[in-house]
Amino acid sequence: MTPKRTLSTRAEYSRTLVRLGERSRDVVVLDADLSSSTGTAAFGKRFPDRFFNMGVSEQDMMCTAAGMSLAGKIVFVSSFAIFATGRCWEQIRNAVALPGCNVNIVATHAGLTVGKDGASHQALEDIAVMRAIPAMTVVVPADAVATRKAVEAAAWFDAPVYVRLTRENLPVIYSDAHPFEIGVGTQLRGGGDVTIFAVGLMVHLALEAAEILEDEGLSASVVDVCTVKPVDQQLITRCAKETGCVVTAEEHNVVGGLGDAVGEVLLRKWPVPMERVAVNDSFGRSGDPLDLLRYFDLTPEAIVAACRRAVARKRN
Amino acid sequence: MEPSRSRIHGADDLREVARELRGVTLRMIHHAQSGHTGSSLSCIDLLVALYFAEMRHYSFRADWPGRDRFVLSKGHAAPALYAVLQRCGYITAQSLLRLRQLESILQGHPDSRRCPGIEASTGSLGHGLSIAHGMALALRGVEDGPRVYVLLGDGELQEGQIWEAAMSAGHYRSANLCAIVDANRLQIDGPVRAIKNVEPIADKFTAFGWNAIDIDGHDMEQILDALGRAREYNGGPTVIVARTVKGKGVSMFENKVEWHGKAPSSDELAKALQELGLSDDA
Repeated sequence: MTPKRTLSTRAEYSRTLVRLGERSRDVVVLDADLSSSTGTAAFGKRFPDRFFNMGVSEQDMMCTAAGMSLAGKIVFVSSFAIFATGRCWEQIRNAVALPGCNVNIVATHAGLTVGKDGASHQALEDIAVMRAIPAMTVVVPADAVATRKAVEAAAWFDAPVYVRLTRENLPVIYSDAHPFEIGVGTQLRGGGDVTIFAVGLMVHLALEAAEILEDEGLSASVVDVCTVKPVDQQLITRCAKETGCVVTAEEHNVVGGLGDAVGEVLLRKWPVPMERVAVNDSFGRSGDPLDLLRYFDLTPEAIVAACRRAVARKRN
Repeated sequence: MEPSRSRIHGADDLREVARELRGVTLRMIHHAQSGHTGSSLSCIDLLVALYFAEMRHYSFRADWPGRDRFVLSKGHAAPALYAVLQRCGYITAQSLLRLRQLESILQGHPDSRRCPGIEASTGSLGHGLSIAHGMALALRGVEDGPRVYVLLGDGELQEGQIWEAAMSAGHYRSANLCAIVDANRLQIDGPVRAIKNVEPIADKFTAFGWNAIDIDGHDMEQILDALGRAREYNGGPTVIVARTVKGKGVSMFENKVEWHGKAPSSDELAKALQELGLSDDA
């Protein structure tokens, strides 16, 4: 396979923030001592009066963000996903989401691919805990283009949004013409035997899995769900009807993430055999990102195996 | 151009308003048969001084960008704030009797989406100082610009986030922020000193870069003087440590931990109103 062009989603976030800052004086950014890693430092350099490093104080940062939003600002808050969602979940729930503040939490370093920092830094529950908050929007971009469009959409979306980014560069899937919209998934590939619903880095692994399946004579549809909440119910239902079985793939714990979001739709609208590729209810560990994905079975091969299981269940 | 405003200037008049609003607050809590009696009565004098003397705000233009903001971080004292907002004209007298009921704008803890005049949704202790500081940062840089006030409980100071926020406001020298601690010395499980001591409050804030003023939180002259000194201090944020009495104004509620979150019966309400010199037929 030819090597794909990869781009850093964090760097794209960083550039997008600066552009948003140029467009509106109301855009402000907060970080908790990780601005060089999350990419918010570039905004701080360009707009020092509108950048607030709150130090290692995520709870204070989140409520400060709420206060700025209540005073009319368009607020971006960044840290690593484990801290941005876990350390201050109750602040997000009560101070940000309950009053409906336009606070956009753009968290980086989600999932296993944080790598060598290990379990304490690998957020595998963040989609679940953000999704559980009423009125929260949860977006997991699959590449740098989707990241840029998600961050821009979040700025003008007058409600809290959680955008989940990862540490590693991702292959570029979309062109600039990609019509991104919050709540709308994208079918990247058609197929009649099984649908693979994926988010984040699992989207390009799902595309690889679909190619392997094609060689085996199975035709797989691949959907980048992207917005896990509110999830694209129409697209999920349509694909389930077309292929009769589905697989979900996410770099997240099996509890409460994309698999549950898709499953909840199918349970009510169109129940079909469903298999899940996710971290099997365990914590992460230190290691090279690619080794970790193999160790936890988040690979094209694991997606292929799940597709075979799903198709077999359909035929029984 | 600022709209015209009417203020109550004399401390005597403010004391009279506070006395009447103690009665309104007790009637509300009694009617709802739910709410925080002691915590509401300890902070009414502070709220009255803020809303009727210190703060620039207009109920007929609740969204005026230049208004001063108030955040009730000890959100369980909501009945006292609702009584004040009603007297200011933000909400109707009828709405007071819907406290804590389904579909009421007067939720058990303040909800900024539902109730006019409420600047922030609070109730979870420890959030309000950060929220107020966020407002202060967003509104800074304007000469004689909006000021932000936040009322904290003394038990609330046990929340770690309070000290994160105290460090932030000290670091950013946010002179348009004024915190007031309603130091009524009691929390749900008992005396603050016995549960987990938070003293010396003023020294702690001073160490975090704040201007600290210790006052009797029921002495209207001292409250007004402290608010004025906070307004004139440009070096950073100010905290007013207001020494108060939980349940202040009604002897059977005063300094009684069991009246933290209890509603008075009809007999207790009548006795309380009598002691306050108020008629119970309103």
